[in-house]
Amino acid sequence: MNAVSLISDNIYSILVILMWSMVVFVPILIGVILAVYGDRKIWAAVQKRKGPNVVGPFGLLQVPADGLKYIFKEIIIPDGADKILFILAPILTFALAIAAWSVIPIQAGAALSNINVGILYIFAISSLGVYGILIAGWSSNSKYPFFGALRSAAQMVSYEVSMGFVIVTVLMCVGSLNLTDIVMAQKNIWFFIPLFPMFVVFFISALAETNRPPFDLPEAESELVAGYQTEYSAIPFVLFFFGEYANILLMCSLTTILFLGGWLPPFDIAPFNMIPGFIWFLLKLIFVFYMFAMVKAFVPRYRYDQLMRLGWKVLLPVSLIAVVLTSSILFFFNLAPDLI
Amino acid sequence: MTATLLSFYLFSTVILLSSLMVISSKNPVHSVLFLILTFFNTAGLFVILHAEFLAMILIIVYVGAVAVLFLFVVMMLDFNFSKSKENVLHYMPFGLFIGAVFICELIIVLINTKLDLANIQILTNPFSNFSEMTNTQALGSVLYTDYILYFQLSGVILLVAMIGSIVLTLRDRPGVRRQVISNQLERDASSTELKDVESGKGVDI
Repeated sequence: MNAVSLISDNIYSILVILMWSMVVFVPILIGVILAVYGDRKIWAAVQKRKGPNVVGPFGLLQVPADGLKYIFKEIIIPDGADKILFILAPILTFALAIAAWSVIPIQAGAALSNINVGILYIFAISSLGVYGILIAGWSSNSKYPFFGALRSAAQMVSYEVSMGFVIVTVLMCVGSLNLTDIVMAQKNIWFFIPLFPMFVVFFISALAETNRPPFDLPEAESELVAGYQTEYSAIPFVLFFFGEYANILLMCSLTTILFLGGWLPPFDIAPFNMIPGFIWFLLKLIFVFYMFAMVKAFVPRYRYDQLMRLGWKVLLPVSLIAVVLTSSILFFFNLAPDLI
Repeated sequence: MTATLLSFYLFSTVILLSSLMVISSKNPVHSVLFLILTFFNTAGLFVILHAEFLAMILIIVYVGAVAVLFLFVVMMLDFNFSKSKENVLHYMPFGLFIGAVFICELIIVLINTKLDLANIQILTNPFSNFSEMTNTQALGSVLYTDYILYFQLSGVILLVAMIGSIVLTLRDRPGVRRQVISNQLERDASSTELKDVESGKGVDI
């Protein structure tokens, strides 16, 4: 069998895969545009400014306009840069940010692929995200991007550890790694009530993992110009920007799935359960994103040693103790779930 | 089936080529990046084998944590590329020796191992009810029962290694004023002392 016939035989399924990819990609694109707009508006409201309000109705077209401006700019590659890696880094960030979305269920059964190890897949993809930043910082062959990349690598690896333990506590209450099972296990009570401390730890780790303020040291403009993206312009910069916000939305939806009951309504009675699941999912996602935006608006940036102290000396012990405590409680009170 | 076959050849070709590039590329950072590509494609092979748990753990542990630290260190090295070329001949006999040892061991293993085709079922399907289990469950049900001692022992070994490296690098430098958060939080207005400073004189603190 040759490759040509193999492709022509499978052309239909390849087309279907491409179509489904677009089904995931287009909503994320719109979501990111709205998220950037919402972020700027919330930030502005906290500081008693108006925010974007000129381009389009309520300034809604400001973000697409900014994007277009960047797309028509010239791509500048520094002379001493490692050219292949320099271009590869934003592509990697962008592709990974999109890839993780393929397992997120926004309604019962409405995930692109409902795999058994869904939560591990997301964790794996998000832990790969650090490479985009590391490669960008190194290949720019410039001081500030390099410092940004080093900070970012240390920060993301540190906070990933406590994030992993938080996920373990949730998984012990579920008995499955499948994201749909995780949501269905919250039918009686959403996990943020019994596991509230873990919800807080996860939220803080998610902020650090996505390089959001107050943990945005990799791109701290007061010290490092723009960190790892200093040398980037035009489309590569847009890819970084897009990937960053897609990751933030991913973390918001992961918080929703793990702690806020995914697409489940708050009460399973008449007016609530008539609203379709994905509306609830979106409402919860918007709520978590609102918290992300508010934190950005009024928490000052951490110093680097404070950031490391919080990660290793506060969040890690807390989440480790929580793992032991949760498993003990589940074991002694016979609450451990049957394996699904 | 054809898609599986195609992806198997794709992954294994990339693995072979990128592991060749690991040892042949001039820049050590490129070597590490090719090593990461190798890990990633190995995870792909695990997925083809329906060992998705192992695949994800491989990516999380090796690619997401170990290789990041590796890359971190290699990036910070101030590496002299021209000098490393001179050393190639210097290290060549030793490298060849290690390679020969590995090949001999592989050959010995391959000659002495007879694949028992009659009982191949036990290798491909070690659990009687494997088809009803996810492989996360299957792994957990042997790892925490039959092999709990080995599992715990390997954990202890890693812990000892970790403590050892901390002991080796921890030093108490005098004269460094570290931030102690609890001291800061305990302090209130009564612990502060107001002093009148005369112009041009200053005070001792």
